[in-house]
Amino acid sequence: MFPLINMSKMKKLFYPLIIIAAGIMVLPVSCDKNINDRTANLAPLNPQNIDIDAGNWKPVLLTAPTDIPVAAPAATNTPDYIAQINEIKSWQANITSEEKAAVKYWAAGAVLRWNEILRGLVAKHNLPPYQNPDGTYPIPSSANPLAYPQFPFANPPYAARAYAYVAAAQYDALVSAWYYKKLYNRAAPYKVDSSLHVMINRSDLPSYPSEDAVVEGAAVEMLKLLFPGDQDFVNAKAEEHKRARIISGANVRSDIEAGEALGKAVAQKFAARARTDKAGAAVGTPAIWAQFETDCIARGETPWYSLEIPKRPPMLPLFGKVKGFLCDSATVVALRPGPPPSTSSKDMAAETAEVLSMVTNPSREHISIVHFWADGVGTYTPPGHWDAIAAEDFVKQNYSEVRWARNMALLNMSLMDAAIVCWDTKYFYFNPRPTQLNPEIKTLTGIPNFPSYISGHSTFSGAAATILGHLIPSRADDYNAMAQEASLSRLYGGIHYRSDCQIGLNVGKSVGQKAIDRAVTDGAE
Amino acid sequence: MTIFQKIRNQVMIGFLILSAGTAMSQTDFDAIMMNKSQFCNGLIFDHASWDHYWEGTLKRDNQNLGTVSTNSVMYMGAYGITNDLNVLLSAPYVWTKASAGTLHGLDGVQDISLMVKWRALKYAWGKSKLSVFALGGFSTPLTNYVIDFLPLSIGLGSTNLTGRAMVDYQWKRWTATGSSSYIARSNVKLDRTSYYDTQLHSTNEVKMPDALQSQLRLGYRGKYLIAEALVSNWTTLGGFDITRNNMPFPSNRMNSTAVGANVKYTLKRFTNLSFIAGGDYTVAGRNVGQNMAFHGGAFYAFYFSKKDKPKNVSTY
Repeated sequence: MFPLINMSKMKKLFYPLIIIAAGIMVLPVSCDKNINDRTANLAPLNPQNIDIDAGNWKPVLLTAPTDIPVAAPAATNTPDYIAQINEIKSWQANITSEEKAAVKYWAAGAVLRWNEILRGLVAKHNLPPYQNPDGTYPIPSSANPLAYPQFPFANPPYAARAYAYVAAAQYDALVSAWYYKKLYNRAAPYKVDSSLHVMINRSDLPSYPSEDAVVEGAAVEMLKLLFPGDQDFVNAKAEEHKRARIISGANVRSDIEAGEALGKAVAQKFAARARTDKAGAAVGTPAIWAQFETDCIARGETPWYSLEIPKRPPMLPLFGKVKGFLCDSATVVALRPGPPPSTSSKDMAAETAEVLSMVTNPSREHISIVHFWADGVGTYTPPGHWDAIAAEDFVKQNYSEVRWARNMALLNMSLMDAAIVCWDTKYFYFNPRPTQLNPEIKTLTGIPNFPSYISGHSTFSGAAATILGHLIPSRADDYNAMAQEASLSRLYGGIHYRSDCQIGLNVGKSVGQKAIDRAVTDGAE
Repeated sequence: MTIFQKIRNQVMIGFLILSAGTAMSQTDFDAIMMNKSQFCNGLIFDHASWDHYWEGTLKRDNQNLGTVSTNSVMYMGAYGITNDLNVLLSAPYVWTKASAGTLHGLDGVQDISLMVKWRALKYAWGKSKLSVFALGGFSTPLTNYVIDFLPLSIGLGSTNLTGRAMVDYQWKRWTATGSSSYIARSNVKLDRTSYYDTQLHSTNEVKMPDALQSQLRLGYRGKYLIAEALVSNWTTLGGFDITRNNMPFPSNRMNSTAVGANVKYTLKRFTNLSFIAGGDYTVAGRNVGQNMAFHGGAFYAFYFSKKDKPKNVSTY
């Protein structure tokens, strides 16, 4: 056996070698696979205004900033305080690269980071349970959150409520914290000891109690209720957060401990409210599910039915009864729009035909819009999307933590109440989806498992764009354009009629106005 | 005349989805070379479908999808730069459909794939022949198709560089061909600005894990008839499992092992023309559909000089 090698053969090696060499030159271009997360490398928070009088702002649930007492701190010349300064120094002397990364991560803002953590938990849990062998569906149990189906199923109404409670609890706790900050006026550790290395932006804001620990404590306490199966993850984040603030020189340990206790105590008031806000009964019962159908038929309309196989019970049909932050139950009814076109009308036939035309040879641009705003299964939901939009804009505003929390609370209370008004409307009319009226309509995103009228995305987006446009007027036109696109994306995707979208957007704007009404009187403007 | 053995091209397969498992057979997986200046090209139709898939390692069906089918018509061309150096090109048009549920199928032109195939060494002794090949490939999407609508997306959207080593042994008319490939995949971009894999990401960019692909083919390589059985494996080097009742995602850990068979027949009276047919079945998988696939195609070869016209369909 002899290799068949000769000179002409050697020549032929030339081509492949050139090609392989070219390949090696191209390869490194594609080898940098690190992805650039938009908020991974933010600069440390640097408030333009420390909002020193925010202790006077109107809380959501507290009757006064002093509802939770916070003891006076030790003076900065006591041995106890000096020992706490030395703790910072010893952390800093042995700082690891992980600790540096944690300091940098948390320095971007406590409200921002806990909102991101919450968005991640929502996305993780936004999964509809798989059916039982008999074709019924199991319901997640908060008493046994780790058993399948895991608790919660963080669908859009659940998520909207979770974002609102966490944001509102953080806001109230920070209003209280600001009150005590001004009252006790204990300087930050780096002002007491000028030799201290500081890894965050210096501030004139008194550091007792720690605003970061307030935000962390409020979040941890709310998440016990909202995501009871993720306590290991949440507590690890909390420990990292508190440690990062000490290592950075922002706070001594007593600042952190007082802040965390205050945050937790305020959040316990919100948790008590959450246990009685009727969300726990929003799932309904088989009798209630059947009643919606019967009532709709009695009105002479075709009722909604689930398009999933097997048919899934409607999502949180009694969520419209949940106690809102901005709208009371009478306001929810007042904001309920008039009926959609009758399912047997020519108008509804025309609307259904329009939906079919939207999904017949859809353009790539339309599909892109559908998917940009879909925020469906396995995502942080439309309220989370608006939180993400808001958060990235708030970063540029250089807010104080208390203003961050206030604006996030206004946004998320709008989103929760938008969910309440929207769900009330959906189940009041119980209108079918386009695909139910014409099965030829195949959709470019999943069909949500609840009635069509009015569009949830449109209601959320109208509310969010309205309050955000008030908070950042220079962006108002952009927010409205985004809301309009989010709303129409549901028509493009084949899952809503145009009237669902248009009326949903308008109802959302009315809810957003309620948040503006609060914003102009809460003392922050 | 040498040529195509086709076919289910990895461009569709490996990268595809819950549907197609891994590349079965194709010219860049076989030991057959075009002679210098020969050009051969043709079309292949492929139909793949599944009604069960692996959600992570859990095998399940989905009544809201029913049977998911992926069809494609692929153009393939191959040219002999020399007897030992060929270039191959392919590009498919793909369309998908779910038989149940409400989700819309998608369609479009998928990825162009360019492969250089070099027979680096050949030995012959007695009735045996042994050859060693090195292959390098590049593929990239030809259109901005939707990748984030699995399992109905037509592809995964990454630009890939493939390096492959292949060994072919022939005794009389019986052959064994083994190959192993490393596929470096570029990151891909979604239409949305955030996603959750095992954590929340605030970006539209998804890190795509690289993959390994290996294949073993055993068969008969006759003058006009080639018939082979094969087993093929695609292993994604990283990625994550689909969580319970969640949708699949481009960077899932998609693994697949499939068995199949291919036949190629060249007309005796008109050796310019040949036909191929075959099928494969996914026997094991993870985050992919359990595909059953069939393909058929026809190829036409151009012989630019008379001396190139082969007396024998097999190679060297």
